This record gives sequence, C-alpha cells and structure tokens, in this order.
Amino acid sequence: MIRIEGVGHAFGEAGNPRRVVALESTTFEVARGELLCLIGPSGCGKSTLLNVIGGLATPSTGRVTIDGQAVKGPSPQKVAFVFQDNTLFPWRTVIDNVKLGMVYQGVPKSEHDDRARESLQAVGLMEFADHYPAQLSGGMKQRAQLARALGLRTEILLMDEPFAALDEQTRMVLGEDLSVLLAKTGKTIVFVTHSLVEAVFLADRVAVLTARPGKIKTIINVDEGHPRKSDFMTSPKLGALRNELYELLHDEIRKTVR
Amino acid sequence: MKLAQRLVQLGILIAVLAAWYALTLPGRVNPILLPPPGPVFHDFGVLLTTRSIWPDLLVTIYEWVVAFAVGAAAGCIVGYLVSLTPYTVRVLDPLLAGFYSVPAILLFPLYLLFFGLGPASKIAIGMTIAFFPVALNTIAGLGLVNRGYVTAARSMGASELQLFSTVMLPAALPVVLTGFRLGGIIAFMTILGCEMISSLSGLGHRIVELGENMEPTQMFANIIFAVLLAVAINVGVSFAEARGQRWAR
Repeated sequence: MIRIEGVGHAFGEAGNPRRVVALESTTFEVARGELLCLIGPSGCGKSTLLNVIGGLATPSTGRVTIDGQAVKGPSPQKVAFVFQDNTLFPWRTVIDNVKLGMVYQGVPKSEHDDRARESLQAVGLMEFADHYPAQLSGGMKQRAQLARALGLRTEILLMDEPFAALDEQTRMVLGEDLSVLLAKTGKTIVFVTHSLVEAVFLADRVAVLTARPGKIKTIINVDEGHPRKSDFMTSPKLGALRNELYELLHDEIRKTVR
Repeated sequence: MKLAQRLVQLGILIAVLAAWYALTLPGRVNPILLPPPGPVFHDFGVLLTTRSIWPDLLVTIYEWVVAFAVGAAAGCIVGYLVSLTPYTVRVLDPLLAGFYSVPAILLFPLYLLFFGLGPASKIAIGMTIAFFPVALNTIAGLGLVNRGYVTAARSMGASELQLFSTVMLPAALPVVLTGFRLGGIIAFMTILGCEMISSLSGLGHRIVELGENMEPTQMFANIIFAVLLAVAINVGVSFAEARGQRWAR
C-alpha cells in the first residue's frame, strides 16, 4: 500500500519571489492492486507527485511510505516507471533495453533472457526484440518501455502520461491492451493522464487535482471490473463518469488557461 | 541514383586529369613547373614497386599514430573531467575552444627547440592539434546526454559506474567519434606540413627535398601518394565513426 502523507512540493527557496508552489499538502492512499489515475490541469504537480512516490524527487513537506517504509530515493525493487518521453536507450536493441533494467536492478544474469522474452511477449513485441528503438513506431516504443518496467517485476508501476505523445487511435488500442495486461498482473498502479476518457477507462479510482498549487479536489470511484473491453468504452456509465470529471475539471482548467 | 552521383564524381576527376594533360602539351606550361601526367604516373608505379618510399612512410605513420593515440586519449580524459560539473564546463570550455582556434602550427618553432628535428617535434605538434577537437567534443557529447535517459536509469537502480558506462558513454560516443575523426585528420595534415618545414625524414620532408633537387616528376608522384594516404585515412576514420553511430538510423 502506498501512503501519501501531507506531501507538498515547491520549486525554488522559500522567500524567493520566483518560488513556485507546484503541490500543496496532499494526503491519500493507493490500495494494493488498485489502479489510481491522477488527472488535473497542466502544472498542477501530477508528475511531481509521481516522482515523489517513486523517489526521484524529494518533497518539500510530508512523506510517502510504501508498505510502511518511508521513500528516500529510487526503490527499484518495489517501483518501476513508464515515462511519457521515450527513454529507451537508442544504442541498444529492444530486448537489450529490457535486460539492462534487470542489470541495474541486480537480477541474476541467468534469468535475464527468460524474463525479457516473457515481458516482450506480454506487450506483443516479441517479433521486434532485436530491432533498435529508432526502427519502432511511437506506440511500439511505449510498449517496449512498458516491457522494460514489467521485466523488473515490481509490485508498483508508476506511469507518467505514457500515451500522451501518441495519436488517439493508438492510445485507444494501447489502453485496451493495458487493461487486459494489468488485470492479469495485479500490480498497484498510479497513472498520470490528461485524458478524461483514458482515466475513466483504466482507473479503479480517479483523483482530480486542482489548478496550481495542486491538491486533491475529489476522488471518484469507477467501480467496474478489469479487464475492460471496448464495450465499456462506449457504455453510458463511462460517458456519465467522463462528464462528471469534465464538470470537476472545467473550472480548474479555466484558471490555468487564460 | 547512387551510381549517377559516383559517375559525376568520376567525371570531375577525369576532367581534372584531362586539364592537367592539356596544360602540359608541348609549348604550354614548362615541364619543370608542371610535369605531364604520363611520366608522373610512371614514377608513381616505380615508387610502389621499388618501395623506396617505405622508410619515410613509416616515419610519418609512426608520428601520426603516436600523436593521435596520445592526443585523443588526453582529450577524452580532460573532456570527461571538465564535464563533471557545470562550473568547470562554463569556465574551461570557452578556454579550450579559444586555444583550438589558435593555429597550433605557431607552436612548431618552440617544439623544434624543445624536441629537435626528428619525429618527436612532429609527434608533439600532432598531439597538440588532435587533443582539442577530441576534448571539446567529449565535453559537448557528455553535456548533450538526454536527461530522460539518466532519470530512467536511476529509477531502475543504476549505480554511478553503471550510469557512466551504460548511459553517458554510449550516448556521448557519436559526438566523441566525430572529434576523433577531426583530430585524426588535422593531426595528419599538420604532421605532413611540419615535416615540410623542418625535418630529417618523413613523407613531407621527402616531397620538399625532391622539389629542391629539381625532380618535379618524382615530387608529383610522392604528392599523389600522400593524397591517396590522406584519402585512405579519411575513409578509415569515417567508417569507424559510422560504425559507432549505426544505431542512430
């Protein structure tokens, strides 16, 4: 279980006129096996929050605990990231990228090949194992990043707008595949997104953040089993929840876009 | 397409040869100043078969290899050390770039006094000139590494050593290799030039000596050899550079 306890974050020293408070004291929990989406206007500190949970950023106030232990830095044994930008190393083939994560994490070498193939199989990229990232489409690169994260076999997956750079059709397909995949693995996931539909389609709960300085405005329950298929995408239930999110977010977005 | 480009290149070379031939027809340019192509290529053949060029060639190659190896290694080390903090990059990078823009050949009289007329002074000048592009490109290469790669590696638990060997080094390699290519080629050109200015042996020395002895045909044959050697070095280092960057395509 992930506990976010009074986490706030500011860029710049206190007293500096250019200090920006990105995130105000925020408290919530993510239950084991849950998929929680963070949604909110640009600059509300969603990514910052994710980095704090993963130990890539130190919060100005408060703390994060995972299973009762305070997060003090990257915890590669427990947490894996999928980033918005493609961070596959272009000088390594897809499968070597997946294996490199295991090298960093300290997995015995004898297991690398089996585990890498298993994760590539899971995201449907086995055929492209020996390709270089430059030879893949945007969607395939994100699948490969997901495979690298899955290969680490962590309990927690933090996904920072992983599909933001993709076109809508690719996003839809990847979203469906992700729902199927994640239902099997039972991981605890925090997923940052800008897309209302994506949030409702994937999440067990959606946490709505306010405009900067960000704080939790409300958390909505989606209450729908996984895996979710395309019929959920067109269901009235998803539409209603999407509209509810829209109402909640509309005023917040207005505050940031002038 | 590719073939058509090659044909144009070949055509230009043939045109140059034809112009050379036309200029040296009887009654045109004095053969002491510009010997005709026929005898020059004959002498070039002799030069290859008798291997008379061998001792001088070995001297030049030896000077270049040592100068390039030491200069490039020093460039990598200094470049890496400078890149360690933003402060040293801000302070030292412009200084190195400034030194690089000074013609290194200005140091040659000094090196002659220090190291004498033999290969040592050529190695010193080659080393000096190979050092700067390698050092500058190492700083640039390490500075341009995508922050996202570093963050991703850290999130997966990479140690400092792993970060350097598996992220920084391969990410910077293409830019560093370009520095190697530049350094290698200008070191060769400078060494050849300095052999012409003051030397006891080497390809450059041989060319000047033949000129002074009024042997223009042989001199031209040696110049052609030096040109072909320079082309071979260029092709060789460009190939090595492309190998190091092959994942980028």
